[in-house]
Amino acid sequence: MLIPCPVCGQRDAGEFFYRGDATAARPPLEEEAERPWVEYVYARHNPRGEHLEFWQHAHGCRQLLVVRRNTETHEVFEARLVGPFGEGG
Amino acid sequence: MAEYSALRVISEGLRGNRGWRPAWRKAEPKPRYDVIIVGGGGHGLATAYYLAKNHGIRQVAVVERGPIGLGNVGRNTTIVRSNYLLPENYHFYEWSLKLWEGLSHELNYNVMFSQRGVLNLAHSPEQLDAYAERGNAMRLAGIDADLIGREAVGQLCPGLDLSEEARFPVVGGLIQRRAGTARHDAVAWGYAHAADRLGVDIIENAPVTDFIMEAGEVAGVVTPRGEIRAEKVGVAVAGMTSEVMRLAGIDGLPIESHVLQGFVSEPVKPLVNCVVTYGAGHMYVSQSDKGGLVFGGSLDFYNSYAQRGNLPAVHEMARELLAVFPNAARIKLLRSWGGVMDMSLDGSPIIAPGPLPGLYLNCGWCYGGFKATPASGWCFAHTIAREEPHALSAPFTLTRFAEGRHIDEAGTGAMAGLH
Repeated sequence: MLIPCPVCGQRDAGEFFYRGDATAARPPLEEEAERPWVEYVYARHNPRGEHLEFWQHAHGCRQLLVVRRNTETHEVFEARLVGPFGEGG
Repeated sequence: MAEYSALRVISEGLRGNRGWRPAWRKAEPKPRYDVIIVGGGGHGLATAYYLAKNHGIRQVAVVERGPIGLGNVGRNTTIVRSNYLLPENYHFYEWSLKLWEGLSHELNYNVMFSQRGVLNLAHSPEQLDAYAERGNAMRLAGIDADLIGREAVGQLCPGLDLSEEARFPVVGGLIQRRAGTARHDAVAWGYAHAADRLGVDIIENAPVTDFIMEAGEVAGVVTPRGEIRAEKVGVAVAGMTSEVMRLAGIDGLPIESHVLQGFVSEPVKPLVNCVVTYGAGHMYVSQSDKGGLVFGGSLDFYNSYAQRGNLPAVHEMARELLAVFPNAARIKLLRSWGGVMDMSLDGSPIIAPGPLPGLYLNCGWCYGGFKATPASGWCFAHTIAREEPHALSAPFTLTRFAEGRHIDEAGTGAMAGLH
């Protein structure tokens, strides 16, 4: 499986560390109710098909990417930077 | 006379083998049952069997999307053990091991359960201390465990590299002698056979496409082979849990689907006479009766619904095998396969009523599904029949994540891939 790192180009998935589901948004830190935090940590959509997920290019540019990938065919559609170097960062 | 016995083999042999019946009927779905089990894997079939056997509920249908035996029950590395650290786990898996010990007689089907022992290798004194802790916990619960030194490891399994030159020299290990392996296909066939003879309908090639809901309660399932109704529907579909439960309107379960690969080598003469687990990485190996080295290890580490894995995991497992059995270096790999695991976010299973009225959920088996098969069926049948959890599976609730009652054997937190 190859991941198109926006910094390094097409790289083998073995260079990346998988950080899981990228769809759950962390509640604001002021959030005091338990339910939103429980859902953020434990609720997974876990789709068969397209999935947005975090991959860190640990053995490359070390940047955190959001990758859109098919969980059944392993087809990778896109990878974009997030964090300080990403869009809106 | 039992349906399968040595006497029967002889008598049928004399009569041209014309008296055998199929091990289970190709059942046509009836419009209504007392209980429908979605998923005809080991757990679903075991649940149906114990519903009929222990609870007298014989109007049971098992609906399976394909033929019996092609899912995870035929895609594992066949290891059976109960060497856990946490009480919730070791009590449950020990009951499973006890059921395994009598399973061939119980089902009148030879599941080839072989108590050859499971040996966990320790590669540092600290790791041996950790195994001592686990072994002590097990022994206090009446489960067999022995901590052994390097010399005893060598006597037990002479093929291992026990030299100081090994990358991570072996210092000792923990052995559970009652643990071992079973013939995984025979487990599926055996439960299917025994459940069938108690009246359970096993309906193959019937993927559930929807649930029938009435007044907020689950009232049955829709399949290409027609609508089937029942007051109670149990779901035991392993890696497909999230997708199937979404059909009932349930989303956001604490489950991720990951692929776990298994491998078998070409047959060789006896080399590995117990199950060996490599402690400096994550790899387990045993030798099948045909001689193939059956081994596996970690997940591919990213969400996957593909029943096949990628090569980096093959490479890693082969290297870990060679770290302890360097003499296997020139043995050819014969086959590899992948099963889709229902990885729960604390590494422990879920057997619980709900989350909707009329629905019962069995999932979250991570690496432990095969060995759990008998106890999972036993406890899930109890949960469905009595509408309350069995004492052994009572901790395995769906609500424990919100309540902070995690059962995190590996202590890795909510990272499904790490359990």
